Amino acid sequence: MLLLVVFVLTACAYVFGRTRAATLRKNGESLHSLPRYYGYLTAIYTAVPALFILAFWSAAEPTYLKHSTTNTLPAEIRALPEGELNLVINDIKNIATGGITQNTDDAVRESSAQHYADRKNTSQLLKSIFVVLASLLGALYGLSKISVHTRARIFVERTIMTVLIACSCIAIFTTVGIVLSVLFESLRFFNKVPFTEFAFGLHWSPQTSIRADQVGSSGSFGAVPIFAGTLLISAIAMLVAVPFGLMSAIYLAEYASSNVRAWAKPLLEILAGIPTVVYGFFAALTIAPMLRNVGESVGLSVASESALAAGLVMGIMIIPFVSSLSDDVITAVPQAMRDGSLGLGATKSETIKRVVIPAALPGIVGAILLAVSRAIGETMIVVMAAGLTANLTINPLEAVTTVTVQIVTLLTGDQAFDSPKTLAAFALGLMLFITTLILNVIALRVVRKYREQYE
Amino acid sequence: MNEEVTPLPSLEQDQTSEQTIEEIVASLGETVGEPRVDDPKMSVSNVNVFYAEKQAIFGVDLDIANNEVISMIGPSGCGKSTLLRCLNRMNDTIPICKVTGELMLDGEDIYGKDTDPVLLRARVGMVFQKPNPFPKSIYENVAYGPRLHGLNRNKADLDDIVVNSLKKAGIYNEVKNRLDESGTSLSGGQQQRLCIARTIACSPEVILMDEPCSALDPIATAKIEELIDELRENYAIAIVTHSMQQAARVSQRTAYFHLGKLVEVGDTDTIFTNPSHELTENYITGRFG
Ligand SMILES: Nc1ncnc2c1ncn2[C@@H]1O[C@H](COP(=O)(O)OP(=O)(O)OP(=O)(O)O)[C@@H](O)[C@H]1O
Ligand SMILES: [Mg+2]
Repeated sequence: MLLLVVFVLTACAYVFGRTRAATLRKNGESLHSLPRYYGYLTAIYTAVPALFILAFWSAAEPTYLKHSTTNTLPAEIRALPEGELNLVINDIKNIATGGITQNTDDAVRESSAQHYADRKNTSQLLKSIFVVLASLLGALYGLSKISVHTRARIFVERTIMTVLIACSCIAIFTTVGIVLSVLFESLRFFNKVPFTEFAFGLHWSPQTSIRADQVGSSGSFGAVPIFAGTLLISAIAMLVAVPFGLMSAIYLAEYASSNVRAWAKPLLEILAGIPTVVYGFFAALTIAPMLRNVGESVGLSVASESALAAGLVMGIMIIPFVSSLSDDVITAVPQAMRDGSLGLGATKSETIKRVVIPAALPGIVGAILLAVSRAIGETMIVVMAAGLTANLTINPLEAVTTVTVQIVTLLTGDQAFDSPKTLAAFALGLMLFITTLILNVIALRVVRKYREQYE
Repeated sequence: MNEEVTPLPSLEQDQTSEQTIEEIVASLGETVGEPRVDDPKMSVSNVNVFYAEKQAIFGVDLDIANNEVISMIGPSGCGKSTLLRCLNRMNDTIPICKVTGELMLDGEDIYGKDTDPVLLRARVGMVFQKPNPFPKSIYENVAYGPRLHGLNRNKADLDDIVVNSLKKAGIYNEVKNRLDESGTSLSGGQQQRLCIARTIACSPEVILMDEPCSALDPIATAKIEELIDELRENYAIAIVTHSMQQAARVSQRTAYFHLGKLVEVGDTDTIFTNPSHELTENYITGRFG
């Protein structure tokens, strides 16, 4: 509602500002910018301060209301622990807004609710007044600024730039915020579980019991098995993705005619567009049983959820990454290199093997590293196909679990947010984040270095 | 199609009316001078080259003789590189390129059914306009060809070939202490001589050079020209150049091309002092081109 008013005022301010500037111009004043910009200028003065006030007020209002309501409560209620106090306040809010609560007949709460409602109304009223006032004052100020001396265009450009900067800052701050929160939660985890146990412990069973007399009450948080599982599955995935991806990249870049390339490349990239859930149930429902049958027929016991199945499917998923990036770097090798080699009497495959691939190698390594970090972070496929038990094994036929799977299982369902079990998820997330970050940084470095060689 | 604006009366209508290249080429007449030599190393007869629909070379006859440098000159886009690339079938790498006519190396048709372009390119080496050493060590750059063709029996053989090729290319003294440094770390002129060494290492019979000095400074150019003169003793050499002085300095015969047609060919001295065709004269006196 209030927003609407501000918008209308802003629109009016624009029209006024513009008309005024146009009039000035007609009267022969040599204004710095086009009338349009004076319109924008007035509009900015109208909207921005008002919106700021609105935002701050709305942010501060609940805290203020809560504080002031708490003060009206009797001391014994105020002395309640944080959680119960919040419940009481919620009750009061509900009464105030006419919602249903259990203890409507409570006199203390009734009066508090009355207080709450009063304060809230006053606050809203004041808010409306201030906002509208700010916007009117802004408009007047803006209008008064319309003169020969104001460089409206520059002002408008600056404002736009500021807005753009603010938007990009939001993205950056969010990232920083996420990293910090993960970091702090992990630190809390490491307060409860020593880092050495986490980093070197060989046993992972995060199920802490609720009551102390249950079995397995403590839980153990040795992350080695799950990192080993992650590595195993990623390794299998890379064993699939690197040869296939690389070879299809070589075919696409060196042999395929432009027709074939025109449809084969998009087709391969469709692989990257398939949702990972689909890969997941493909792995769980098709590949895993197939592997088990094959395994049985040659006398091997294959777990129904095996690292092999997950790794194979993940590898297929990553092929387009490797091939598309490698294709780019191979195509970027200058034709002069190939001509030089062919001109010395090398065949096409000799040229590729001895000149093109070595020249493109840094870029290809970069592509592979990016693919690895993708494999490590992949979740859906492993959730569905790799299993939950933290086995420390290098046998790809057994079920293993990965970091991402564990994070999912730790955080799904009802959880208290300060048990070691949930905090462990943050620690795992942090490790995962650091690993992929390092891989990405290395990969980008390598790729950039390679680019420099030919430019 | 206004490819060239020439002061020639026969081409004057070019400015006013639409005239196809074919018509202009037809109006150029027969090649002036003698394209044939006794005992040619390579011999080109009635060669036409097409890029898709577009014809780039029109019925060229030309011989390349042993122990002789022939230079090919002409305005940009006249098909010098195209013809040169036919001589070792580098044009095969361009899918739209089609060659008709007869090209012989020692009396064998190089576009014949049983000629392997890969072996051909080992016999007819090529040096490119821009130095293009592989991003490998200097040693590996030179050893590349011999390794491919199995020219060496052992490591010592290979070392010999590499050192000799570098010596012949006149760069050995500059790089003998840094053979394992990357070929790309050399200066432009050194890189080009490295590329020549790389070509020599395959022991070719003919060396084709496409504007080998156009990316180089005068001193490096002088060194390469000197080198070309020495190489003449052992190889047949064809060189494309935009520099008239260079053609005059290094070559014994000169061929002048115009719009894909061989206009005039003859002894370098004659061509530069007393050209017979008007177009040739205009070009070498710098009136157009
Ligand atoms: N790969 C190609 N595809 C299509 N047309 C080409 C190709 N290469 C050359 N041509 C055409 O063939 C003609 C001759 O080109 P070429 O490169 O042989 O000229 P050039 O005499 O070497 O010129 P320059 O002195 O500029 O190097 C030009 O008209 C050019 O447009
Ligand atoms: Mg050329």
